[in-house]
Amino acid sequence: MIAPAVGVIFDGLAYGMLLFLLAVGLSVTLGLMNFVNLAHGAFAMFGGYVAATLMNTLGWPFLTTLPVAFLLTAVVSVAFERALYRRLYRATELDQVLLTIGLVFMSVAATAYIYGTQQQPVRLPAFLRGYTAIDGVNLSHYRLFLIVVALVVTLVLVVALERTRFGAQVRASVDNQRMARGLGINVELVFAATFALGSGLAGLGGALSIEIIGLDPNFAFTYLIYVLIVVAVGGLGSIRGSLLAAVLLGVSDAAGKYYVPTLGSFLIYLVMISLLLWRPAGLFGRRAA
Amino acid sequence: MSHTRAIDALRHLAARQRWRPVEVAFWVATLLPFVLAPAYLTLASQIAITAIFAVSLDLIVGYAGLVSLGHATFFGLGAYTAGLLAKAGWGEPLSGLLLAASVAGCFGWLTGFIVVRVRHLALIMITLGIGLLLYEVANRESWLTGGNDGLQGVVIWKLLGRFDFDLYGTTAYTYALAMLLLVVLMARRLIHSPFGLSLRAIRENERRMSPIGISSRAQLHRIYTIAAAIAGIAGGLLAQTTQFVDLSTLGFQRSADLLVMLALGGTGRLYGGVLGAIVFMIARDRLADVNPQYWYFWIGLLLVCVVLFVPNGILGGLARLKPRDTQ
Repeated sequence: MIAPAVGVIFDGLAYGMLLFLLAVGLSVTLGLMNFVNLAHGAFAMFGGYVAATLMNTLGWPFLTTLPVAFLLTAVVSVAFERALYRRLYRATELDQVLLTIGLVFMSVAATAYIYGTQQQPVRLPAFLRGYTAIDGVNLSHYRLFLIVVALVVTLVLVVALERTRFGAQVRASVDNQRMARGLGINVELVFAATFALGSGLAGLGGALSIEIIGLDPNFAFTYLIYVLIVVAVGGLGSIRGSLLAAVLLGVSDAAGKYYVPTLGSFLIYLVMISLLLWRPAGLFGRRAA
Repeated sequence: MSHTRAIDALRHLAARQRWRPVEVAFWVATLLPFVLAPAYLTLASQIAITAIFAVSLDLIVGYAGLVSLGHATFFGLGAYTAGLLAKAGWGEPLSGLLLAASVAGCFGWLTGFIVVRVRHLALIMITLGIGLLLYEVANRESWLTGGNDGLQGVVIWKLLGRFDFDLYGTTAYTYALAMLLLVVLMARRLIHSPFGLSLRAIRENERRMSPIGISSRAQLHRIYTIAAAIAGIAGGLLAQTTQFVDLSTLGFQRSADLLVMLALGGTGRLYGGVLGAIVFMIARDRLADVNPQYWYFWIGLLLVCVVLFVPNGILGGLARLKPRDTQ
């Protein structure tokens, strides 16, 4: 009785960590610029395909593809930010939603055209493939690796945001953009850098997710919904909130699939709607969304 | 003094409500498919149904400024209501449509309590969430909805007891067109009424509404319910004219496509959704032999271009060409 429960919590935790990596960038950029970027999932998908291409076509080892997925996604996303998003910072939500949905449509179609609609294979190094059994609970090495990566990213992010000059500038810009500008902070530059960082993390998440949830052209849509739930529930611009919401979502999803499989995703949507009614700005959101 | 001003305001509203020649020309043109393209009447009926759906979304997105990503919820509810009623043995179309509108309207009224409380991302997520929730329920309760196979055995009686739903779609198109006309007439009255003006005021600046004595929540709740009922009519029409309902009527894709059509035609202009539906549906029909996944690339590109270069859609672009803007 205990062993399956621990196994479910472990799987849910790993899944939650993955969702956190995918979502945290969107949370910070949404909090910063109030820009509804529905194409965030498409950036994650881009990172995933970068890693898949490097592995399967060029024969790179899995671990070396991760930093490349991060960097390349960051660079591409900032190109989009400068070329398209920047024009719509003062536009209505509807325009932002439409532009980014348009980008998602294009990315899904382009990916299907280039790679086909089948799932991408992944080749893991030997030490990530096995299981370790502790007290009858099988812990997958890959999931352990995922949890470690996510915890390291969280630590780096928290230190970067709370202990560095750049972090102080980001926090100041989120709190009060006009005041930050008045203090001589280049908010545009801060935003571009944060956007690149956030999208890069999504790209990393995309590369890491191939093994757990698979990668096909519909990734941009399917996981967009989960990412948005994490951001909306966690609260805009809050790393702690995103982490908590992602773990909550991951564990409840795994538990739901294990114990009440007939319920499907029903429970998650219900929980999200009730949470948002209770706190429209999310668990850790400081201002109304 | 204030009395004459009130009369002026009423006169102003009445003037806006006057029929323009281009509107009359549009309605005459809707009769052309009977003569020019009798082979495409089924497509024409689908376009008319989608246009009704688009008008209902325009009321909340274009006029009241609430962005919804889950409007297909009400469309699907209407479709399943009309379909299930017919399957249960009552295939009379008009009463089925009335029931479809009532069920969708009731659900809109209920969810309206939630929707009007939130804005921005929370609003998008809640409308999306309600839509996904209902989709999950419909998918799970396959004894009722037929699940992935869709609802089989929907039999619709003759319209008004005389006109059979034929293979060519003559009755279907006439029926859908009549409903479109009714819905547009109603929406037209509504947006030019003081209530319609207050919705636009909420869209432009919600905070100023309570100082002038209007509860924006109550107004938004009302229009959300009305739009839900109209979407239910559109869904019911689809179920009756195709005699089939499946889960795609509730899907996110339908909500997203509808937003695309509305943006394409122009929001807040009543005919924007109608025009968007015509362009979108004809383009999709022409490109049907292309793989649907690739066809979405062009939709996406179109969407990006519309947002960047013609932010008010086709109708907005046309209005800008004319020096006297009637909007």
